[in-house]
Amino acid sequence: MANPQGQTGFFKTLWAVARKDLAAEARSRELMAGMLVFSILTVLIFNFALELNPRERQEVTAGVLWATFMFAGTLGLNRSLAVEKDGGCLDGLLLAPVDRSAIYFGKVFGNLIFMLGVIAIVLPLYSLLYNVNLFVPGLLATIVLGSLGYVLTGTLLAFMSVQARTRDILLPILHLPVALPVLISAVRASAYFLQGQPMALIWGSINLLIGYIVIFGAAAYMLFDQIVQE
Amino acid sequence: MIRVRKLVKRFGLKRVLSGLDFDVAQGEFVGLLGPNGAGKTTFLRILASLSQPSLGEVSVAGHRLPGGAAEARRQLGVLSHQPMLYPDLTGEENLHFFGRLYGVADLPARVTELLALVGLAGRERDLVRTYSRGMQQRLAIGRAVLHDPQLLLLDEPYTGLDQDAAAMLDDVLRQVTRAGRTVLMTSHDLARTAELCSRFDVLSRGRIVASTSQAELPQDGLLAFYRQALAPAAEAEVQDG
Repeated sequence: MANPQGQTGFFKTLWAVARKDLAAEARSRELMAGMLVFSILTVLIFNFALELNPRERQEVTAGVLWATFMFAGTLGLNRSLAVEKDGGCLDGLLLAPVDRSAIYFGKVFGNLIFMLGVIAIVLPLYSLLYNVNLFVPGLLATIVLGSLGYVLTGTLLAFMSVQARTRDILLPILHLPVALPVLISAVRASAYFLQGQPMALIWGSINLLIGYIVIFGAAAYMLFDQIVQE
Repeated sequence: MIRVRKLVKRFGLKRVLSGLDFDVAQGEFVGLLGPNGAGKTTFLRILASLSQPSLGEVSVAGHRLPGGAAEARRQLGVLSHQPMLYPDLTGEENLHFFGRLYGVADLPARVTELLALVGLAGRERDLVRTYSRGMQQRLAIGRAVLHDPQLLLLDEPYTGLDQDAAAMLDDVLRQVTRAGRTVLMTSHDLARTAELCSRFDVLSRGRIVASTSQAELPQDGLLAFYRQALAPAAEAEVQDG
């Protein structure tokens, strides 16, 4: 039965976890379908609820978009970790002789792909319904950064709340306060880009976003092993 | 292979393990017996570094936990009543995924070998969600031994297995012990435990209350030994009211 083992590096582990999530989702489509239906309904409801003139539409766009992404993202995060908890898969992952933080970043990468996949469908739909041009490079970069920040914080908290019986309720309650700096800076930067404000004004929000991502990512890297211990 | 000293595990105010001392030597096949709630699963989770002790020392495969946990996990295979498999992946994909995490060399050949060993050749491309409970447990056996671990921790491994699958697990475990590997198994199936194990320990109220070997097992068998070991605890429970 002898079978020599090699070391599995950080990035190999990260990619193995992300690839496993992408393959499972490609089959079941449970996670993205839920996120997408929720996002489309939210955008439609806002469209009919807010009967706005073109200028007002421009002004509310950043808020409506991020509210949609935020709630859809939370749905996805909950589902993504519930899959790990069911059948003891999370234990199976944690038993592997790898740097456990690579497992966390693998989950982050998978969740980010799901969130950006949904956003890629929602943005054209929103553009069409609200007659607002969203294909501004700065705005798109902000959406990617904001999504990364949201998923970084959310995945860590989802690992913490997944053991709880009330995990579906617990995650948004824990996550929204922690993700507030991400959301505020992402909404501000998005609004500024849509209004065509100068970069000097926008950099403050972008820097806050990047700073929060770096600090939170570093903290998660150092603490994840402790966090997932019972 | 396993060295535990004065292990205490508390959940809030409840003490699940109370100063447990325990040793397992290389190549031993130890049956850990005990009633429900005795702390067997908690103990195995601590050995697998899935849970941290409240107090005490734990070493697995020569690596002290929690510092050497990653190295200890490399030598460890775990099989529990939960299959630890992804239902939306095929049987083959599940083994490939875990094989990549363990850095198993020549993975495709190893996966093919294991699928044949656990009797799932021909079903390897089916999604695990379409497998019966017994088939999932067969695949879980393959997952547990995929990296040829030095130590196997088995928590009620026969749960959900039909007779054929249970016999297959018996064969795998005999093969593992013949190869000099160490096994620690919890089970309520005393007949099977008596047949497979070389040593028997009884855990009750968070401590090992009795221990014997296959050679020293009384003539009236493991059941009598087990009942005798638990008698003082049962008496104490009656006195506690």
